[in-house]
Amino acid sequence: MSEPVLTISGLNVDYGTGTDAVHALRDIDLTLHRGEVLGLAGESGSGKSTLAYAVTRLLSPPGVITGGEVHYHRRDGQALDLLALSAPELRAFRWQELSIVFQGAMNSLNPVHTVHSQLTDVLQAHRPEMKKSERTARAEELLRLVGISADRLGAYPHQLSGGMRQRVMIAMALALEPEIVIMDEPTTALDVVMQRQILRQLVKLREELGFSVVFITHDISLLIEFSDRIAIMYGGRIVEEAGAADIYRDPRHPYSDGLLHSFPALHGPRRELSGIPGSPPHLSAMPAGCAFHPRCAKKVEACDSHVPVLAAPDGSDGSRSVACWLHRGAPAPAVARS
Amino acid sequence: MSEQTENNHVVLEARGVTKHFAVRRTSRDLVAGRRRTVHAVDDVSLQLRRGTVTALVGESGSGKSTVARLLAQLYPLTGGEIHLGGQAVKAGRGRSFRSYVRRVQLIFQDPFASLNPVHTVRYHLTRALKIHGRAGSGDEELEQNLTALLNRVQLTPPHQYLDKFPHELSGGQRQRVAIARALGADPQVLLADEPVSMLDVSIRLGVLNLLRDLKDRMHLAILYITHDIASARYFADSTLVMYAGRIVEGGDSETVTQRPAHPYTQLLIASAPDPDRVADEEEQEETGSGEPPSLIDPPAGCRFHPRCPKAMERCRTELPPRFDLADGQWAACWLYDGTAGDTTTGDHEKKVAAK
Repeated sequence: MSEPVLTISGLNVDYGTGTDAVHALRDIDLTLHRGEVLGLAGESGSGKSTLAYAVTRLLSPPGVITGGEVHYHRRDGQALDLLALSAPELRAFRWQELSIVFQGAMNSLNPVHTVHSQLTDVLQAHRPEMKKSERTARAEELLRLVGISADRLGAYPHQLSGGMRQRVMIAMALALEPEIVIMDEPTTALDVVMQRQILRQLVKLREELGFSVVFITHDISLLIEFSDRIAIMYGGRIVEEAGAADIYRDPRHPYSDGLLHSFPALHGPRRELSGIPGSPPHLSAMPAGCAFHPRCAKKVEACDSHVPVLAAPDGSDGSRSVACWLHRGAPAPAVARS
Repeated sequence: MSEQTENNHVVLEARGVTKHFAVRRTSRDLVAGRRRTVHAVDDVSLQLRRGTVTALVGESGSGKSTVARLLAQLYPLTGGEIHLGGQAVKAGRGRSFRSYVRRVQLIFQDPFASLNPVHTVRYHLTRALKIHGRAGSGDEELEQNLTALLNRVQLTPPHQYLDKFPHELSGGQRQRVAIARALGADPQVLLADEPVSMLDVSIRLGVLNLLRDLKDRMHLAILYITHDIASARYFADSTLVMYAGRIVEGGDSETVTQRPAHPYTQLLIASAPDPDRVADEEEQEETGSGEPPSLIDPPAGCRFHPRCPKAMERCRTELPPRFDLADGQWAACWLYDGTAGDTTTGDHEKKVAAK
């Protein structure tokens, strides 16, 4: 595996402070390697978007980072503590090293400015030495990169279709050739045909430019196709992390298994599917122990009192990790399970 | 099987239903003396049978939700007829509309918006029962009917839910309340417009399985509108595929998803996420691309021809009629015109490929 480009360790995020605080993220450990597509899957309220915002320091109040570290590793090996960056440093870091494509990105373009002015704005801010003609040339190049003809540069957002607006957002995120692109549900609002075109293009661009992608979505079948590794979140924690094929063929956490069986297959035998009983917990009323235990069919005694840690399952080679008592020796107060 | 005959009976039928929406006229339109319309739905015919689920699959903007609203008589038709129980109906407003909705109920996509936030579950359901004259006489009977409704949508124990407000329920529970409200009218037809797309993925199947269970027990005819063709395969008995306001293919769900005939259905299936396809990505390049056309001025001939990898000359000018294929499947595509010689087809394909 290639070297890490982003390491998150023990990250905790609360919304609110004091006794009213809800814990949106708890003890997140995650590593993004250079050039890989890391999929982040989870239902609404699982904390996947909060994670993206916390890492980019975009979390707005009442969100507070209460603990943990996030390090960005430059190509020269120098590590940057993202949580300690000052405002000017942060401004230089964003877009240059790490960019983000937001949920509902189709609506993140300013309706009263042309695509040209919005694309060159990024360049103007970060590359003041560029001439105007160079900036326009770069903007044209970016549009071509995402498959839009350069003559649409003068268009206003409303003159473009949803798919094209999404591509413009991706072009903008790639403008300064960042090392990391975070995509928060980038294609949820699009139709499947357009979704596939955009993702295919993204995969191609990644091969050409070599950036890393954090891809956030609730659609795990999409992730399995497009990402290298997948981390599955539930109730503010990562419950399983493994290669995409491993997750698909051999999910270890009962929640991952349930999620995979929540999507009807397009091919193969038609089977009766059940989804997962119950509904996702609310952040303010998180069950004790493993957050998934009230919905879990395989729960053991330890589940409702002890939080399982994310670690390699017993008898594996360490390439994957799971937070589930089924795959670990019992916790301290021995649980008899024969 | 007696149930089979009972189930094959057509409850609601659309015959050549068409809906055009007028576009607001600009000053330029006034000068040019033109009236522009959005051809939202053109010549749609479909049958909903008792005890079966029919899926209507299409991208956003294909007109699938308009079809549901037309079938619910929420919009007047531009052309065509709707038949309920074998009779042509034209529900206006007032009494005739109410007697129509008693038999045909609509479930909306967003359960967060379709329930009134200031009223309890009890209020929503009581109102539905009273309006449709099923509340019974006296409080006791009403209570029994409410309990029965909640039991039917598996919100048990019912007394725990009756006095809750919508914000106290999860998305899946809210959608169940919306379904219970629709069942309050004791309808024959349920029109479900994307009933699960706003719900969390892990609870979608629960709601679909509930609808299927209701279909079996109450012999409902269900129209399931969706953009997710894999869920249509899972849930529906037959599937119709809609593109740019027209139905382009129909048939048994398994046949349509496993052997799609129309190039658009093929594109839709090739685009759907499928974990099994990780390996053979390269083979999929020829399925076509582009975007759906504007419905103000839809393309002549087949509306899919500008995106179709197999488009022929006649696709640009002539509208393809419905061609019947094996096993009850049909497609509106010139590729299946028995009269067209194979040689000419081949030539055209080569020409298109050369471009």
